Amino acid sequence: MGGVFNVNHFNYLLLGAAWTFGLSVLAMIAGGMVGFIVALSRISPVAPVRWLAIAYVQLVQGTPLLILMFLAYFGLTVAGFDVPAIVAATLAMTIYISAYIGEIWRGCIQSVPRPQWESAECLALTKMQRMRLVILPQALKIATPPTVGFMVQVVKNTSLASVVGLVELVRAGQLVNNSLIAPLTVYTIIASLYFTLCFPLSWWSRKLEYRLSVRRAQVET
Amino acid sequence: MSALVRMHNVDKSYGKVRILHGVSFQVNKGQVVAIIGKSGSGKSTILRCMNRLETIDSGEIEVCGHLLNSPKVNLNALRRDVGIVFQSFNLFPHLTVAENISLAPRIAKNKSKEEALKITQTVLQRVDLLEKSNAYPEQLSGGQQQRVAIARSLAMEPQVMLFDEVTSALDPYLTGEVLSVMEQLALGGMTMILVTHEMAFARKVADQVVFMHEGRVWETGSSEILNCPQTHELKQFVGSEL
Repeated sequence: MGGVFNVNHFNYLLLGAAWTFGLSVLAMIAGGMVGFIVALSRISPVAPVRWLAIAYVQLVQGTPLLILMFLAYFGLTVAGFDVPAIVAATLAMTIYISAYIGEIWRGCIQSVPRPQWESAECLALTKMQRMRLVILPQALKIATPPTVGFMVQVVKNTSLASVVGLVELVRAGQLVNNSLIAPLTVYTIIASLYFTLCFPLSWWSRKLEYRLSVRRAQVET
Repeated sequence: MSALVRMHNVDKSYGKVRILHGVSFQVNKGQVVAIIGKSGSGKSTILRCMNRLETIDSGEIEVCGHLLNSPKVNLNALRRDVGIVFQSFNLFPHLTVAENISLAPRIAKNKSKEEALKITQTVLQRVDLLEKSNAYPEQLSGGQQQRVAIARSLAMEPQVMLFDEVTSALDPYLTGEVLSVMEQLALGGMTMILVTHEMAFARKVADQVVFMHEGRVWETGSSEILNCPQTHELKQFVGSEL
């Protein structure tokens, strides 16, 4: 017990930050893929598919991420899978991200003006071709700022993975603090490490939004 | 002469509002037909029904041999035969002029890159915008955008072209450049059906004028009907343009 904060402690926190980063990237990739399916299902012409997607989104958005973490971890264990914490955490984050990003992307796809669909249809493009060549490229541009903004939330929310035993940044900090009892020092460092991870993202998001608004202004004049 | 487009007794409602009332007329190959009438008289709906952007409640529509009211109609085949140009241009903003034009020939008609390029150059030449190949739509004036939209439709080598108030969003100067492109098309023998408010253009180019009123074909005939209207409504409509 006791002692002073030294380079070993700092390296331990850095390792935790690496796990935070890794979990964020994994979760965003998997969550993005599932989210894309959710977005497409939400606007499917087949009503039951739409209902299923709405139910999924409502269910997940109405559940705290903390509970999703527990459910993923214990659910997998009960089902007989003895998985490492990172897998359970990634699963929970994937479900969480897909429900939110799916809704964001659905909105972006639907905000591509209706006549764009029609003129693509009138050029004899099939539904898939319309989506892939005309709608998605335009939706992508609209979706970038809110997506990047949401990624900042994701990075911070990975802290909840500490409850299933993943030694990410927060958990690493708790462990260091337990041996040092220097909460102010430790948590200040943790805060600045989170900031280091998130700042480039929010900066990028702001830049993208600015660029988009400039483009709009140019088009309007 | 054979009818390329035939509408017979077409009815259509949006909910309780009756839009089209037993509309019948036909268009022969090479004809230019102008559909005129007040806003809300059903003119645009007719065009949208002709390429099945809208379905009809009863009656028959046949376009280039496709029976539109049949459930078995092949929509993609229909759209390869029928081009449409909209009031709001509707170019794809993320693609250059050349990409806008070559997209459908390449994807929907499986043309090779070289063929598509050749078609693109040909149609751009026809609308006199070859030098704008690499521009994006937002860099063009409204008139130029509309000419690109016409070129994009032409690139599919349609048998019929529909024009839905294509100059309504343009000032008189830009309207002129779009109309002159359309006149060239008409002289080239293209079958054209246009909803328009440009009476002078209708007089000059149309072989047949269809005056719509309250969802019905109120009066129809050669552009001569604009000079001596038989019905009170057309008299009023023609009079109001002065």
